[in-house]
Amino acid sequence: MPYLPHTEADRAAMLAAIGVSGMEDLLSPIPSALRCGPLDLPPAASEPDLLRELDALAHRNTLAAGPRSFLGGGAYQHHIPAAVSALAARGEFVTAYTPYQPEVSQGTLQVTYEWQSMICELTGLDVANASLYDAATGCAEAAMMAVNATSRATVVVAGTINPQYLAVLRTYCWSQGLTLRVVETGEGRISPAEAASLVGDDCAAVIAQSPNYLGLIEDQAALAETAHAAGALYITCADPLSLSLLATPGEVGADIAVGDAQPFGIALQYGGPYAGYIAARESLLRRMPGRIVGASVDTRGRRAYVMTLRTREQDIRREKATSNICSNHALCATIATIYLTYMGKEGVRAVADLCLRKAHYAAERIAALPGYALAYPGPFFHEFAVRTPRSGAAIRDTLLDRGILAGIPLDGEMGIEQGLLICVTEVNAREDIDALVEGLAEVAA
Amino acid sequence: MIITPDPEMRARSGESDSTEPPAIEPTVFELSTPGRAAYSLPALDVPEQPLDQLIPASLRRGAPAELPEISELQVVRHFTRLSQLNYSIDGGFYPLGSCTMKYNPKLHEKVAAEPRWANIHPHQPDETAQGTLAMLYHLQEFLCAVGGMAAFTLQPAAGAHGEHTGLMIIRAYHESKGEHRTEVLVPDTAHGTNPASAAAAGYTVVQVPSNRQGRVDVEALRRLVGPRTAALMLTNPNTCGLFETEIQEIARTVHQAGGRLYYDGANLNAIMGVTRPGDMGFDVVHFNLHKTMTTPHGGGGPGTGPVGVGAHLAPFLPVPVIERELDGEGGEHFRLSYDRPQSIGRVRSHFGNVGLLLRAYTYVRSMGPDGLTQASRDAVLNANYLKSLLKETFIDPYPGSCMHEFVLSGSKQKKQGARTLDVVKRLLDYGYHPPTIYFPLVVDECLMIEPTETEDKETLDQFAGALKAIAHEVEEGLPAVKEAPQRTPVTRIDEALAARKPNLRWRRPG
Repeated sequence: MPYLPHTEADRAAMLAAIGVSGMEDLLSPIPSALRCGPLDLPPAASEPDLLRELDALAHRNTLAAGPRSFLGGGAYQHHIPAAVSALAARGEFVTAYTPYQPEVSQGTLQVTYEWQSMICELTGLDVANASLYDAATGCAEAAMMAVNATSRATVVVAGTINPQYLAVLRTYCWSQGLTLRVVETGEGRISPAEAASLVGDDCAAVIAQSPNYLGLIEDQAALAETAHAAGALYITCADPLSLSLLATPGEVGADIAVGDAQPFGIALQYGGPYAGYIAARESLLRRMPGRIVGASVDTRGRRAYVMTLRTREQDIRREKATSNICSNHALCATIATIYLTYMGKEGVRAVADLCLRKAHYAAERIAALPGYALAYPGPFFHEFAVRTPRSGAAIRDTLLDRGILAGIPLDGEMGIEQGLLICVTEVNAREDIDALVEGLAEVAA
Repeated sequence: MIITPDPEMRARSGESDSTEPPAIEPTVFELSTPGRAAYSLPALDVPEQPLDQLIPASLRRGAPAELPEISELQVVRHFTRLSQLNYSIDGGFYPLGSCTMKYNPKLHEKVAAEPRWANIHPHQPDETAQGTLAMLYHLQEFLCAVGGMAAFTLQPAAGAHGEHTGLMIIRAYHESKGEHRTEVLVPDTAHGTNPASAAAAGYTVVQVPSNRQGRVDVEALRRLVGPRTAALMLTNPNTCGLFETEIQEIARTVHQAGGRLYYDGANLNAIMGVTRPGDMGFDVVHFNLHKTMTTPHGGGGPGTGPVGVGAHLAPFLPVPVIERELDGEGGEHFRLSYDRPQSIGRVRSHFGNVGLLLRAYTYVRSMGPDGLTQASRDAVLNANYLKSLLKETFIDPYPGSCMHEFVLSGSKQKKQGARTLDVVKRLLDYGYHPPTIYFPLVVDECLMIEPTETEDKETLDQFAGALKAIAHEVEEGLPAVKEAPQRTPVTRIDEALAARKPNLRWRRPG
């Protein structure tokens, strides 16, 4: 059997050394009524047979991301440099445990320190942790930080946030007995006045996403001011790639920033694993969830890294911990760190710039088509909502035959009767965008 | 391998920054040179418009993010060198109790990197992702078979996330019956995530004591359960490596009070094909696929924590749920369903950590029913064998056989002047990763050892030999134990300094 090294002679010798007559002696603490028969599973497949089986299964996925895909909505396709994948696949990163023994974990620890540094640079905030699961649970963790920091039990959230993140906030707030108030979507963005009407002295935090689900940039400075005036925190959720170009959470007055570092070299994988990030102002450091790495020195005075401020964590504080998180998404954060290093100061900005310009080219051409229009005015990054002459779902389905994944249907969402959410990145060449435009024109009729 | 330069030699060669402590590997920021770059991108192929027309300056960031500026070879060397500072399963034995650090097959990594799996976008229409949906659906069935449960959700991103999800399912179940239950019972030997997850799910935690045999004190449990009890969370075998022999009575006690029984699957590796949590009376379980189904730990994650439930709790599972339709000709069609009125809702973005679920699927198909059963039996055999080699050297708090892991106490060595921390730091000099230590909390100077089934007899013999040699060094009072480790890339680290003066990010000097 694969991966099991023992010969029958090994097993016999070991049982003899233990001093028992057989395995049944060792399993005897289990009541016999609870012993189970053979597991109802398909028989084992050899490696060649299994590869053939998996290949057939994979071919039932008839489309995949690529130049003709315009899907975004929280998961973005970008080119992944060969060096990034090769380095992140090293067994020393992949098969290492959590760095509880820092003397033999300096690789993971230093990568995490570098990751924290880069997340602070991108967000313009003071401190970051080693990672969370994803943006959605990141929003929930940030909300809990605010609830604990303010001793208040109401959270106000923008209706323009990714509907998945909103759904997760609903679940978490329900289980904690917290009140969640949703600011209705106005013209594709929330109005700060509308938000202000929901924010009172019972409010722990205002949460918004920018660019929001529809791709538009929210008036974050006003939202932060509203939150702060009421003694609440402002939490922003952002695609970190956009932060190489746009005003940072620190600049707009956010107290906490969360999001997903998936755009930084992490494959789409039908939704995970990705890498949630969280960054905050220094004053919130001791309320941060999860692992944090700090630099120190060893007994010989050399720089060395170690997990620190551990009294926030579940294995020490148990029910009084700042969060229940234990395993995080360290390997995904490692991939993102290598990506950010490889692309570098200029390269990350260049990717954002290509996305921005190609998306605007696509938006202009689509908006010029009969029956199509941009759903809402306003500056956007690499994603935009269009109103469509037929249902977004019908248009998307029709274009599948051409191998085009045209976008995410927005039918009946956020004030859009029929529409599509379209994302363009550096992976989409002009000819791909033109093919999308042509397809949209033809299916309009 | 990495050669770690002597800091003094580095200073002599003019490389060291005099104000900073010398580093084995500089940070990427210190390696940067303005203007240097590794990346390669296509030229802009659409008409260029002024940036101000697209994004007004008032909405753009002020200064650029200070990311590294280094060449491709520098990137490769930096991260290769960092990787070489890590201990890993590929490099050595990891006897970490309750962590199940078994071998991570290379086949899994090859499969998961295939573009037809890796490049599927989570918003693709269901009909274009039938392969992925079929794989996930069948993995759910596999996990139901292993656990004896009626239904599984694959969404939770880690064990703790699974616990949180499972407890929210229990909350929804009680609420559906109009009951407001406020307490979750947790044994004193439980993993820290159990009480933390109970608190995250809005419950008050009540601790259940262990008896002298290292198992749940059933008498105490009877006194603690009642109308406020929402659930008892239990790991079985428990963190002392012992099977809860009174599990049927425990289940009866909790169920009679109207509570649900929650199974922390951290120790599932002991029981596959031997016994099933569903048969023991558990209503909700989570499995750690990064332990039992050997998806890699990645330096702390990502993991996956699928949650299984009995039929009465299936309506409360998070959305989306995969539904299967059979076409009558042997064909199957899958779709994601959100139409679940009693669901607790969403617990994360997208469907789950699918890249890892694919690895778990591959593992179950490679092992088959006989292989998984043999894996658990060999895991139990290895733990008992290693325990038999070490029980004379250390104090054995729970004499007799164990399941897949066991605990020892270093209290004898403590009296001789070396704490368990010292003993395991010395293990590093012998080339081994330490076991889990100071957990469970009920054992003084605890060492918690889980060898897993993928280690051969020679490795166990050599590891036991190292621990015995260290015990001898402790008896002799050798200073090497207190000074250990010395053969690692860095020596013991000033943790107090790290906490007192947090340095959590690199900043340009000056």
